[in-house]
Amino acid sequence: MDTHVPVDRREFLKGSTGVLTGVLAAGSPLALIAPSRVWAADLRVLTSAEGATLMAVTRTIAPHDGLEDAAYAIVVQSTDADAVKDESLRKLLKEGVATLGPSFATAPESERVAALRKIEQTPFFQTMRVKTLGTLYGTEMAYRYFGYEGEAFSKGGYLFRGFNDLRWLPEVPLADSGPMPVPAP
Amino acid sequence: MAKFDLNDDGVVVIIGSGAGGGTLSHELTRRGIKVVLLEAGKRESLASFSQYPPEAFAQLTWLDPRTHSGTWTVREDYPTLPSWTAKTVGGTTVHWTGATPRIQPWEMKTRTTYGEMKGASLLDWPIEYDELKRYWELAERRMVVTRRHGNPGLPASNHFKVFYNGAKKIGYKRVHTNYMAINSRPADGRAFCIQQGFCVQGCKTGAKWSTLYTEIPRAEATGNLDLRTQSMATRIEHGPDGRVTGVVYLDSNGREQRQKARIVCVACNSVETARLLLLSESGKFPNGLANSHDQVGRNYCFHVGGFVWGIFDKPICAWRGTTLAGIVEDETRHDPKRGFAGGYHLELAALDLPSLPLAGLPYNWGRDFASIMENYRNMAGIFINGEDIPRATNRITLDRNVKDSYGLPVAHIHVDEHENNGAMRAHAQQQSKALFEAVGAKRVVHTRQTPATHNMCTARMSKDPRDGVTNAHGQTHDIANLFISDGSVMTTPSSANPTLTIVALALRQAEYIERQMSARNI
Ligand SMILES: Cc1cc2nc3c(=O)[nH]c(=O)nc-3n(C[C@H](O)[C@H](O)[C@H](O)COP(=O)(O)OP(=O)(O)OC[C@H]3O[C@@H](n4cnc5c(N)ncnc54)[C@H](O)[C@@H]3O)c2cc1C
Ligand code: SF4
Repeated sequence: MDTHVPVDRREFLKGSTGVLTGVLAAGSPLALIAPSRVWAADLRVLTSAEGATLMAVTRTIAPHDGLEDAAYAIVVQSTDADAVKDESLRKLLKEGVATLGPSFATAPESERVAALRKIEQTPFFQTMRVKTLGTLYGTEMAYRYFGYEGEAFSKGGYLFRGFNDLRWLPEVPLADSGPMPVPAP
Repeated sequence: MAKFDLNDDGVVVIIGSGAGGGTLSHELTRRGIKVVLLEAGKRESLASFSQYPPEAFAQLTWLDPRTHSGTWTVREDYPTLPSWTAKTVGGTTVHWTGATPRIQPWEMKTRTTYGEMKGASLLDWPIEYDELKRYWELAERRMVVTRRHGNPGLPASNHFKVFYNGAKKIGYKRVHTNYMAINSRPADGRAFCIQQGFCVQGCKTGAKWSTLYTEIPRAEATGNLDLRTQSMATRIEHGPDGRVTGVVYLDSNGREQRQKARIVCVACNSVETARLLLLSESGKFPNGLANSHDQVGRNYCFHVGGFVWGIFDKPICAWRGTTLAGIVEDETRHDPKRGFAGGYHLELAALDLPSLPLAGLPYNWGRDFASIMENYRNMAGIFINGEDIPRATNRITLDRNVKDSYGLPVAHIHVDEHENNGAMRAHAQQQSKALFEAVGAKRVVHTRQTPATHNMCTARMSKDPRDGVTNAHGQTHDIANLFISDGSVMTTPSSANPTLTIVALALRQAEYIERQMSARNI
């Protein structure tokens, strides 16, 4: 699961065309686990300016105000990596970014939404939508932000870690459910 | 594990190792019959299952393309995934969520019960309910289904508590943690369910029944099974008398091989089963095998489906717990007063965080979409599972313009849903909304039709050869030594999740094949 902070810079020496950088918010739970609050994501085919525009696209598609920029940067970096292998995607992205223009990245949200609504049916937008929705929520940052606990096998599942700790509704009669398979440890 | 010669024409070749093919392999090999099992996918294990959902999806899912057309909304919402199946040893029983309700008696007589429906190709099953009941019971014991034969139910999760209380408040009576082929206590040499919620990614405890770690290793232990993985069947061959003689496949190195056979059983999961029969076209059978009445691929059925999400103001953490352990059975009845024929189940369903946006909310972006996601901790989900109405024009054909990685024309799925489906789906969505609101949901959202996880009826059993592809034993009407051994043979889809029935039919078919072989009929 290559979704840690800071974003992977292993590819740097092979020559990158652009870079996205940022600083994790102080007090963010991620700042506690990340080795450094500063992060950087190298890009292989997109320029820094193109990367910044795509970052703004991803945030407009999935706007979570409290979610770190670093999570959105992972989406852009992953899109960039796809484009390394796929020339038609590279063209699609570069043309899409050009259509949105240089001011898109810093425009207020209402303007960004209006601009994207206009191109909603284009392959560029659909690609970015699927890429954003398919990548963002799989990042470690999203897991933490949304409170999703993920993999549980290594911890013995949720059987004794809260699968039935809801108390705001009545319990279910045994006849319609079933017994715990083993007593609590 | 056995190794049989390519020229051994005494073997039974089974294509596909999922619910149907995996079970049939075990049943034949334990009777002393030699089986070559061809499986296009790789062999994973409890240890190799990934618990990172996007990676697990790539590891298990059938990703070779399929194209589609028609008016069904899946075209817009899931353009690249009309049908969701697996490509791995164990087939979709590695992916599946284990729900195993039975078919209702009238659902096997829909033509008689629902009468003439415009634009429908309803047909009564050529088997009686009571005959099949015996095999459902055998299948339930085999798969260790909860709430049957003395097996306890699964305990109630947070998610189920929401579902249960809502269902009871709106007057439903038959609500419980579902019939599940998932161990509620240790059984069958497998562990009990630890409520991880990773059923779709591959169950690392083995609590969930899958042919990967039940039927297949048991078949191997008999010494009569030759399992060939990464072996993609490309055509079934026949002799001048029309009987099938063997199967051509591409092995793990992409080399073409030709396995001779006494009998061939196709269990590739309905879409691929129809495709393989069509790909096997020849001079004698220009429209494909077993297709003399132009029935192969027709009457394709899925289930009337869709997710409904209730958003609450308190945490539920629906991801903690068995994915599909909850059912309302009250709507599983034929009551035309509701405005449609047939019935549906409401089943509890959770989705992991990475999969929710594209699989469960496929239509949206921006602030409204994000506000739903922000409530991920406070969401409860229902999966609708209702009877699809068969139509002769809903069908699988070959798309000769698109080739897969093997260079073969891909399957094309055409679906125009019958209007009954829309009425049923709307009713189920309304009831689900009422259910969630009864326990305080502040907002309820729903998807349209979801990709077909249940694929059925493309080679249906029929009394009259003009109405279907096989007889009541899955033996093709046209070719005595060619069998269909998966959900393709279901005459109509019913409202029940299909796997229990696929396993039951495989158990029954094995008895028949043994008898026919002993009598030297095949
Ligand atoms: C996410 C999900 C959840 C589900 N949950 C449930 C549930 O709760 N209850 C239920 O009843 N059902 C459920 N299902 C459906 C269930 O998994 C299927 O109905 C069942 O597995 C079908 O069995 P089968 O034998 O027809 O095919 P499969 O189990 O799909 O096996 C077919 C096998 O054939 C192989 N194959 C295909 N073509 C070829 C070829 N040409 N050559 C060689 N091999 C080939 C495939 O790789 C595959 O391994 C679910 C499905 C999905 C995707
Ligand atoms: S919830 Fe139960 S059945 Fe599902 S993966 Fe976990 S242990 Fe297996």
